Amino acid sequence: MPEKVKLAYLLAGGCAGCDMAVVDLSETLLDVLPQLEIVFWAPTVADVKYKDLEAMPDGSIDVGLVAGMVRLSEQEHMVKVMRRKCKTLIALGICASMGGIPGMANMHSKKEIFDTAYFDTFSTDNPEGVVPRTNCLVDGKYELTLPDFYEKVRSVASVVDVDYLTGGCPPHHSFIGAALTAVLEGKLPPRGSWLTGGKAVCDVCKRNPALQGKERELIQDIKRVTDGEPEQDKCLLQEGYICLGPVTQGDCNAQCPNVNMPCRGCGGPIPGVKDFGLRAVSAIAASMTDEKLVDKIDCPAKLFYRYSLPSSILGGKLK
Amino acid sequence: MAMSDWKPNIIVFACNWCTYQGADLAGSLRYKYPSSINIIRVPCSGALEAEYIVEALNKGADGVLVGGCHPGDCHYKEGNYKALRRFNLLHKLLEDMGVEPERVRLEWISGSEGKRFAEVMNDFDAVIRKLGPNPRGRNGNA
Repeated sequence: MPEKVKLAYLLAGGCAGCDMAVVDLSETLLDVLPQLEIVFWAPTVADVKYKDLEAMPDGSIDVGLVAGMVRLSEQEHMVKVMRRKCKTLIALGICASMGGIPGMANMHSKKEIFDTAYFDTFSTDNPEGVVPRTNCLVDGKYELTLPDFYEKVRSVASVVDVDYLTGGCPPHHSFIGAALTAVLEGKLPPRGSWLTGGKAVCDVCKRNPALQGKERELIQDIKRVTDGEPEQDKCLLQEGYICLGPVTQGDCNAQCPNVNMPCRGCGGPIPGVKDFGLRAVSAIAASMTDEKLVDKIDCPAKLFYRYSLPSSILGGKLK
Repeated sequence: MAMSDWKPNIIVFACNWCTYQGADLAGSLRYKYPSSINIIRVPCSGALEAEYIVEALNKGADGVLVGGCHPGDCHYKEGNYKALRRFNLLHKLLEDMGVEPERVRLEWISGSEGKRFAEVMNDFDAVIRKLGPNPRGRNGNA
């Protein structure tokens, strides 16, 4: 029997949705588990501490999965440790690959975020003005430390060189299964690329007029998802619901458009796109009938960069 | 760099069929416009991806101007209408991202408007000089 594949899993600054997606593998996971030796998966699966991972020899782990983004010095440190210890490092999910939903915080400064969290909200009672500090002395002798909270959110892929990127918020469990199988069987694309089918959401969406043998019409009006109900089987974008399907990778099999929810771009950009939001701007604006429709789109930065702001050319709001 | 030494760095994406010909005519007619203007010829204003404009700003352009054919005059029928829709949406997005809206501009300048080309360039240069250097700096470091 061949030696077991050593696997490590790190949750950086994420919501644990990717962990849930891995657990959702259920029977598939049972199939591959005999081939795997989980050496690090804190805190959810294995009882291993950071110092245990730090003590392992460099390059001793075969596959490392990292989910979540980097906002704290602790996350940056652990992501770098993972890079040193793992032969193959995979950014799991859109947070690790592009910054994800937490990346929208780059539209605000650290001060704005702290002011809201520790002072401004209706339910906050903080008369002494206590905010987190990186260290403090308790009773004059115990020094306590906290990780540093950085000014900006970064994706794992921009902090270290990752070998493969995967999209999804969270990635569909079948997709994680396929990625893991590809790694175990060694059927991998060139390093640094996305583990993807390479198709756009529109390519696999049954609402796509082209797949129904119809002409695509231009957008006549912009609607929000709360306005009315989209017609069954008609393209959401054509109906005026801003759907980012044209520029998003369709490994999800267009699950959101199938249930009347426009694509928000969690799959990451289709191949060859440098900046997701800007390409979405080009694609969406070009399919409008009238330039005045643009005025009906509220805060395009947060709409088009919902999952990719830290990876955009500008990286966030300029102060 | 001392403020007095600073000269704006302005990128003009000029459509091959109208604005670029307008620039050509401005030269032939000896109209003057500032040396801060750097023209890049593109096939059509509608061929301009939003990435080009933002990359220019990120790499330290103090202003970006897109020049196309007047509405109805596009060599490719409606490329300039497409450019207008994209530009409006991009303009809004850049405002959200904290880029001063005056730094990016769209103008229709035809091949016979040499004088207008020079006027627009003089005006844009003055606007950018008043705004000052791009806060992202010349190397994209905010």
